[in-house]
Amino acid sequence: MNKIITKKILNPTVTLMEIDAPEIARKAEPGQFIILRVDENGERIPLTIADFDREKGTVTIIFQVVGATTMALNHLNEGEYIHDFVGPLGVPSNTANLKKVAVVGGGVGCAIAYPIAKKLHLNGCAVHSIVGFRNKDLVILEDEFKKVSDKIFIMTDDGSYGEKGLVTDALKKLIESGEQYDEVFAIGPLIMMKFVSKLTKEYGIKTTVSMNPIMIDGTGMCGGCRLTVGGKIKFACVDGPDFDGHEVDFDEAMERSTMYREFEKRAREETCRLLEKGVR
Amino acid sequence: MANMSLKKNEMLSQEPNVRKNNFLEVALGYTEEQAVDEAMRCLNCKNKPCVSGCPVKIYIPEFIQKVAERDFEGAYRIISESSSLPAVCGRVCPQETQCEQRCVRGKKGEPVAIGRLERFVADWHNKNSTEVVEKPKQNGHKVAVIGSGPAGLTCAGDLAKKGYDVTVFEALHKAGGVLVYGIPEFRLPKAIVQKEIDILKSLGVKIETNMVIGKVLSIDELFDRGFEAIFIGTGAGLPNFMGIPGENLKGVYSANEFLTRINLMKAYQDNSATPIQNARKVAVIGGGNVAMDAARCALRLGAEEVYIVYRRSEAELPARAEEVEHAKEEGVIFKLLTNPVEILSDENNFVRGIRCVKMELGEPDSSGRRRPVAIENSEFDIDVDCVIMAIGTSPNPLIKSTTEGLATEKWGGIVADEETGKTSRPYVYAGGDAVTGAATVILAMGAGKKAAAAIDEEIRKRYGEN
Repeated sequence: MNKIITKKILNPTVTLMEIDAPEIARKAEPGQFIILRVDENGERIPLTIADFDREKGTVTIIFQVVGATTMALNHLNEGEYIHDFVGPLGVPSNTANLKKVAVVGGGVGCAIAYPIAKKLHLNGCAVHSIVGFRNKDLVILEDEFKKVSDKIFIMTDDGSYGEKGLVTDALKKLIESGEQYDEVFAIGPLIMMKFVSKLTKEYGIKTTVSMNPIMIDGTGMCGGCRLTVGGKIKFACVDGPDFDGHEVDFDEAMERSTMYREFEKRAREETCRLLEKGVR
Repeated sequence: MANMSLKKNEMLSQEPNVRKNNFLEVALGYTEEQAVDEAMRCLNCKNKPCVSGCPVKIYIPEFIQKVAERDFEGAYRIISESSSLPAVCGRVCPQETQCEQRCVRGKKGEPVAIGRLERFVADWHNKNSTEVVEKPKQNGHKVAVIGSGPAGLTCAGDLAKKGYDVTVFEALHKAGGVLVYGIPEFRLPKAIVQKEIDILKSLGVKIETNMVIGKVLSIDELFDRGFEAIFIGTGAGLPNFMGIPGENLKGVYSANEFLTRINLMKAYQDNSATPIQNARKVAVIGGGNVAMDAARCALRLGAEEVYIVYRRSEAELPARAEEVEHAKEEGVIFKLLTNPVEILSDENNFVRGIRCVKMELGEPDSSGRRRPVAIENSEFDIDVDCVIMAIGTSPNPLIKSTTEGLATEKWGGIVADEETGKTSRPYVYAGGDAVTGAATVILAMGAGKKAAAAIDEEIRKRYGEN
């Protein structure tokens, strides 16, 4: 049981929670994830670590309320407990020996991109952040990114904030303007990572993506999170979650992510009803 | 007067047509009368071949004698001298290749039903014993056990009984290892596993769940925290895949994933948030106990047709005879001498079938079994919407990759002395599937026992205690 120390609503669908987890905070590195269960009959879901404070002994998670489990999680308040919280899992992002990088975040993926940008910045690496959202209301972590970025570009689909367009538009412009990146980190929806990787491949820029497939144990036991990377089966939980974006079979990953779509829809509706009843 | 019947006493079990629709235990166990009657079949022979077939050398004729005398608690005490988990092993041991295979009665007729008697004795004890487990006097030495499967639980229990301060670290949210995530309720009720864990807790063993050793704490950090010896019983949990086209289609599971969703996450219950596919036709690839478990789970989830696809013949099926028999009774269809070469996709990337080839047995391979060889132009398709890969597992590399100086085999197993469990690192011991690769509960338990004895001896030696 891990206590929720703070809870912040970042936008209508994205919530931040700082969780008391001293053992995990002691070891956590950017790119790693935790697995949690909200309650005794809950499913195990992976969430990437958005931040950690070794002194306070806390780990921060940022999640989008998309399904039954994140909905139930979002109903917990400060001072309440998460039933199970395990980590840090996965291999940390490799941020060493880089001089200049572009960090591309899409939507709630920015929560995962942020600790990487922060670590790179602390390492003395020049960071150009490109963060994209559907519209102004969904923008998160703007101040945080500003603090750790040498340049920041905010993109919205509808142009209601920052610049109108996709993150790939901004990245392409930067590359064509002559910016030379040692590496690009792209974290966001699969479709975004696919197109960022496609773009950077044309320019021959190494690109790391963070995969977040369906997972159960998170320790290499179930193989549910498997994906094809460079023609070989890899497990996102123990071999990743970071992979070479030019090698990942995104189309397959997108297909696999829809395996339980019908079930998820029903579960979400059911949870919705239950939670509403509880509130009344 | 010995019972000279050539046949074992049958054990009551749920009717196949009923049980294939529920997850309750299939076999119901002997009554006292049946047990006593079966015990009388033991000839109590002098050279006790059965004992030599038992990996932990249970005093088999002695406990059976006690059953014949109706001293069931006495029988339990005898088994307990050698085995820590009799209620579990009575249910999951492959007796037909161990103790019962060597039974003299098996030369003409069926062997004595040693497994069923062990199960009876353990269940009788669990039901009737009023013995209160007390925490033994502490000796002040701390030992860490990694993994709460059969090896870890046994090692922890034996050390706790000797007064050690034992902490078991478990990566999942529930203790029990493969007994909980792997073996289904209908074969091993989880209440039995829980009871064993509760006994350990009464002995003073601390169980820390959600602790992935190798990630949150390394072996070296455990020593820094005052543990004087460490036992690694992390099992063989990494699923193997075949490497054939279509293995990443939706509807293809590793048996580990399929069984974990069902057993650990209770996906078959209404109140579980973990989903599982409601498959119509299922092919399970493999012929071991895990394959049988997966096939029988699929039936219970409502599949209309379930196939076991195995590349050798019936004689080579590695599963327990009883599991094969139960699977057949429940309607599982065996496609033997058959090997999948491709998993076929529908237009939405879900499984629509498997393409197989027929096999024949050729020359014996390194395992001594005749090697299956594909027959040319024998391809055929089976119409299924779910495929479960049950072709074996490998040891988890998490500890190996984070522990300096821990020697491992090429295939990933930890190198450990067979008699003591000693590894290449001082005060680090290992046993069970993490060392041997996927094997049996009883072997893992035996390794846990040996390591506990060796740890005790080494710590005593270190402190000059006797």
